[in-house]
Amino acid sequence: MYDPTVARLTYRALLGRRRALILGALPLLLIVIAVVVRGLTGADDQTAVNVLGGFALATMVPIIGVIAGTGAIGPEIDDGSVVYLLSKPLKRPTIIFTKLIVAIAVTMVFSAVPTMIAGLILNGNGQRIAVAYTVAALVASIAYAALFLLLGTVSRHAVVFGLVYALVWEALFGSLVPGARTLSIQQWALAVAHRVAGGDLVTSDVSLTTATVLLVAVTVLATWYAGQKLRSLTLAGEE
Amino acid sequence: MAVEQPLASPAPPPGDQTRIHNIGYRNYDGPRLGRAYARRSLYSQSLRGAYGLGRSVKSKVLPMLLFVVMCVPAAIMVAVAVATKAKDLPVEYTRYAIIMQGVISLYVASQAPQSVSRDLRFKTVPLYFSRPIETADYVRAKYAALASAMFVLTAAPLLVLYIGALLAKLDFADQSKGFAEGLVSVALLSLLFAGIGLVIAAVTPRRGFGIAAVIAVLIISYGAVSTLQAIADAQNNTAAIPWIGLFSPVTLIDGVQTAFLGATSSAPGAVGPGSGQGVVYVLVVLGLIAAAYGLLLRRYKKVGL
Repeated sequence: MYDPTVARLTYRALLGRRRALILGALPLLLIVIAVVVRGLTGADDQTAVNVLGGFALATMVPIIGVIAGTGAIGPEIDDGSVVYLLSKPLKRPTIIFTKLIVAIAVTMVFSAVPTMIAGLILNGNGQRIAVAYTVAALVASIAYAALFLLLGTVSRHAVVFGLVYALVWEALFGSLVPGARTLSIQQWALAVAHRVAGGDLVTSDVSLTTATVLLVAVTVLATWYAGQKLRSLTLAGEE
Repeated sequence: MAVEQPLASPAPPPGDQTRIHNIGYRNYDGPRLGRAYARRSLYSQSLRGAYGLGRSVKSKVLPMLLFVVMCVPAAIMVAVAVATKAKDLPVEYTRYAIIMQGVISLYVASQAPQSVSRDLRFKTVPLYFSRPIETADYVRAKYAALASAMFVLTAAPLLVLYIGALLAKLDFADQSKGFAEGLVSVALLSLLFAGIGLVIAAVTPRRGFGIAAVIAVLIISYGAVSTLQAIADAQNNTAAIPWIGLFSPVTLIDGVQTAFLGATSSAPGAVGPGSGQGVVYVLVVLGLIAAAYGLLLRRYKKVGL
């Protein structure tokens, strides 16, 4: 199911040249903010939750997920070079699975690791907040990568639709319509974080069972359907 | 192409067998429309393209959808204000764009790369400069087109609010003043966002990547700034809030309109800049717009060859 060559090509496509810069800039900004906030306010649990929940998990993880998830396959389909990959004797689901692993790994490295570091800077893992948000970022990475990888195979405007989901659905509708929060990867990840942190600082609108079931279901279904889409991929010209 | 021979060419001297046949190419002797016309055409084509007019059905979907999403809340607010016979609109004219900033960011992120990235990626930029336009004309036309498209996007809901307010027989002078202030504010916002979007799109020939980069700059900077402002507010460090607001486009516009256009700040604690800081805000906004224009000129000096 895992092909090292495809993985190597995907890594190079994701982290080659300027992409690595923008992917690296966001985590760097998070750590800078963490240092500034720690310098301004000292260690404070509520502040740590605000920064990690409001900035890291709500903004940074989805955007890195969009870049890594759609970037793993989108550009190849866009410029047509995916036919060279598809013409090799590899199963299409294998290609998708390999790209998914790479996208998950990249998202995790660029989102969970800086979240951990920022959490440690902010309050030295008091009340296990840093660990809780790191686990949430790890869990969210998997689901976001799978979802956005699927978008990359479905649409040529995957980046826009991914951002619409992440910014409009999760942020805007999530804050206005309570029901929208049940269908939000961010809330599912928070449910897991709530379990890890234990206290009342990290809260979620979704119960842990629902969250786990939905997380697994979304990841598996998105990956399966992406494999199916790749089996019947038609290449269209530039609009 | 073929060398033109005058029709009444003298007969070749006898003995010389070479001869150029006149195969009937004709010189263009119609009117030459010149540089200003080419610039206007580029502007109008880019403006139409920003809403998908004259392009495929698929590329109309997103800009039109975002336009509708921008206008629908305004229509709902007007309907509520009329139905409840309210004394005032539920939201200020200047506040509307700040509330809908996510939609505006998505619009500029999707349309800025559409406007410039494809020319760069398919290396068609030199073809533009084979016409009688200069680098500055191309940059000005593209910048003006995107800024106009953004102005249409941001001013249309204000117009809906204004017409609704007049229909609901709210105070005419008061509403007109608010509407005018709102228009100035969204005009500045359009110029600023279009400039930032175009600069980023012009250095990323890949469309998908350009979209992500523009969104990242707009949203991440706002996320970072509002997080820091919230923390400064919680620490009662209100003096720092306006200075932090200088670091993201949305809070910049918010600060300018708070200082000079009678808006209430959307920053935590509603702490906006005073007149002194307001001048700094205006200078930063104008500086950013000028810098965007300068960077675009520099970029196209290089790729236009």
